[in-house]
Amino acid sequence: MSQPAQVDPRGLRVNAGITAVVLALVLITPEPLNVVLLAVQVAVFAVSALVNLQASPYAVFFAKVVRPRIGRPAELEDARPPRFAQLVGLGFTAAALIAFLAGATTVGYVATVFALVAALLNASVGLCLGCELYLVLRRFTPARA
Amino acid sequence: MAGIVALLAALVLTGFAAWAVKAKNGRFKDRPPHSDAEILTATDIGAELGERATLVQFSSAFCSPCRATRVLLTDIAAKVDGVTTVDIDAEEHLDMVRRLGILRTPTVLVLDGAGTVSTRASGLPRREQVLAALGQAVGERR
Repeated sequence: MSQPAQVDPRGLRVNAGITAVVLALVLITPEPLNVVLLAVQVAVFAVSALVNLQASPYAVFFAKVVRPRIGRPAELEDARPPRFAQLVGLGFTAAALIAFLAGATTVGYVATVFALVAALLNASVGLCLGCELYLVLRRFTPARA
Repeated sequence: MAGIVALLAALVLTGFAAWAVKAKNGRFKDRPPHSDAEILTATDIGAELGERATLVQFSSAFCSPCRATRVLLTDIAAKVDGVTTVDIDAEEHLDMVRRLGILRTPTVLVLDGAGTVSTRASGLPRREQVLAALGQAVGERR
């Protein structure tokens, strides 16, 4: 395997910040705008998790607008933990989207709140909740052959 | 209306979680009663035990504070006589992870010279927290 991909940790915080704003808007805007916003966020998570962290529009915004103003990062971070976390975010927001579309508004709100809390924690204190889940989940699966 | 309530709930939840995690990170637990103490051998950790103490770190791929923890422990092991550190990939030792009830990475175990687990902490610890835990592990053997 080649060298694992590296990312700018400040880009991850910006990414989490934008995600938090979008998810907060999902909670307080009326239908159908909130569902449209949520669908956009699901698409962004899908690109980050399934294609490439740097391919997401938030990451492009960071690379084009924010980074030129703040200079080079002091250090880079392994891209695998945040990418896994984006996958967890995708799971929660996709569940919320399906719930809203199916009319289960309360379930939609709850799933959105979980995703929002995770994004806020990441943006504010740099805690990656999705990453914390990883080992807990792995404990229940058999060891790799 | 429900949305505003949900947003407020999310903010409160975030504040509480951030505080709880900050308080927990790097806090070494009190030593368990001796009869319950786990003992790790050189075979368990895949390396010789340190003469006075061993810092055992459990890491995983999806863990951003693991690298900073590793750097800190390596530095401490280099500076303190008779102390070594070993980094274990949690995913490759899931049996040990279950046996020790490890839920997060990084988790740091402090072993005394005999391999008995003296104390443990999860999350990125501060230097003085590790040094205090080491002092306790080494002191107990005298």
